Amino acid sequence: MNRKALIGLFSLLLAVFTTPAQQEIIISGVIDPGNTKPIWVSVNGLTGEAAQVLQFDLYVQGFGFTNAEGAQYLISGSNNGNLQARAADRFNKNTLVAKAYSGASLRRQVHAFADDFVKALHGVGVAQTKIAFKGETGPRSGEIFIADFDGHNPQPVTQDNTIVAAPCWVPHRLALYYTSYKLNNPDIFYHDLSSGARKTFARYGGANISPAVSPDGSKIAMILSKDGWTDLYVQNADGSGLKRLTKSPQDESSPCWSPDGKWICFASKDRERRALRKVSVNGGEAQIIQTGGAPSPTEPDWSPDGQWIAFTVQYRDSFQICVVPAKGGTAKPLVEGEDPSWAPNSRTLVYGRRQGGRYTLALLDMPTKQVKDVSRISGSNSQSQPSWAK
Amino acid sequence: MKLSKFASLLAIALVLSVATSACRKKVGMVTPLPGSMTKNPSDIGPGKGLGETGLSDTNLSNTPFGLESPDKYANYTKDAEIFKQDTIYFAFDSSVVRPAEKSKAAKVADYLKGNASNALEVDGHCDERGTEEYNRALGERRALAVREELVRLGVDASRVVTKTFGKDMPADTGHNEAAWAKNRRGEFILLTPPK
Repeated sequence: MNRKALIGLFSLLLAVFTTPAQQEIIISGVIDPGNTKPIWVSVNGLTGEAAQVLQFDLYVQGFGFTNAEGAQYLISGSNNGNLQARAADRFNKNTLVAKAYSGASLRRQVHAFADDFVKALHGVGVAQTKIAFKGETGPRSGEIFIADFDGHNPQPVTQDNTIVAAPCWVPHRLALYYTSYKLNNPDIFYHDLSSGARKTFARYGGANISPAVSPDGSKIAMILSKDGWTDLYVQNADGSGLKRLTKSPQDESSPCWSPDGKWICFASKDRERRALRKVSVNGGEAQIIQTGGAPSPTEPDWSPDGQWIAFTVQYRDSFQICVVPAKGGTAKPLVEGEDPSWAPNSRTLVYGRRQGGRYTLALLDMPTKQVKDVSRISGSNSQSQPSWAK
Repeated sequence: MKLSKFASLLAIALVLSVATSACRKKVGMVTPLPGSMTKNPSDIGPGKGLGETGLSDTNLSNTPFGLESPDKYANYTKDAEIFKQDTIYFAFDSSVVRPAEKSKAAKVADYLKGNASNALEVDGHCDERGTEEYNRALGERRALAVREELVRLGVDASRVVTKTFGKDMPADTGHNEAAWAKNRRGEFILLTPPK
């Protein structure tokens, strides 16, 4: 039978049976950070690893688990060998997903089902995405790692045995920018993950740190000290067109981009006031982004849907992950942690959690404040500075 | 409800028909991750082939305090011991060289004035309390502040380069104020040209 025709027919039937706007709330609507209720699902028939992986995947995307009587969505299936799974709406009886999976690993099959389910609810599934991060591998040295979003299948992509920092994915590309001390200076490298090819992107005098790639990949914002102060600069991906965007002897750090590519948001201190500021990529006066209730914000990251800025609030001895509407407003503290990075779904964040002098990575579903640690990374005793592939 | 039974049948048919292709499906708005990503670490390549392709900044420095290219002193010998006792310590979250620390900078400045062939690297470090990239910038500001003090004392700015380590290289790995005080520092590394 023609598969496409079948899917088309099936979609048509779904459309006929779906009552418009019935609690399909996964992405749309007003999100109250930290106070949004989970979407209740029940899971039956899956066992062992398959059940664990599915619960992990859905929990960090805002789902909660209950019995069939209390759930909005019913998931059932089996995992003898390969995964077969089905998701249905308990209220209108619509089948949302009904698939059998094969190939790769059972883990990957479950991730694929989780994505199919979230997509059926008009969301962006993130269960098959990757993260990059800094992993310490010895005293005073580390490597850049990539892993599945849940920490599984970690692999170092550098073998330099030096200090590394702040990896940043190039959107829609298998490529990273990061800081490396390999050439005895904090320089910014570009690294193509498909071929392993690298090049020095910024090696000016002094610090070349905190690279942030524009949404279209054409420009890189970064902090340089070549002119005697730590300031914000932007440079084209081909190495041309270096432009200085701030001129201040005080703090500028951790740039990130608005999803429309027009603004660069960064942490700064100016006239004795710490604040998040944004500056046009073409230059001009920087504007304060109000973060009411959070006096010393650092490490901003702008959500892909443009709605939110997540950041770290730095108190004297502890740190909180906060969010604020991107136009500014009252900051909402969510959990203890540092250096948040948004998932493509604009709701899940990966961040670093400090334990003693070390970090582990964790995932936070911003609306529900549900948190899970990513799995331990073998070969590294501290993981931090995550960047979620988008 | 006849139609919903039909839907169930269709669903079962769908299960059978997509069995082999489901896992290759790409998710919208997400970077596609081809099969090569799931191979062994070595398949991604160790990131070799890194050449000395540093960009020149000769046209871009436009202030007297601009920094020399990292390549300028790359072949100089480093001596981290000679000024070990002259490490400059900072207050919490500050990059101001305090009056009590300035005599150390003066000693280093005198040495440089008497040894014209030498250059100097100032390494800036932080305690563990700040966030990582904030500290990396703070460490650089500490090194730059020490450098400015040397320049104020008459050392040519082109002879002093800076390097930040953020909180990656603590002098003391403890988690208390005594350790932190030792870690908020600027270290002097003497650079000697090759013979």
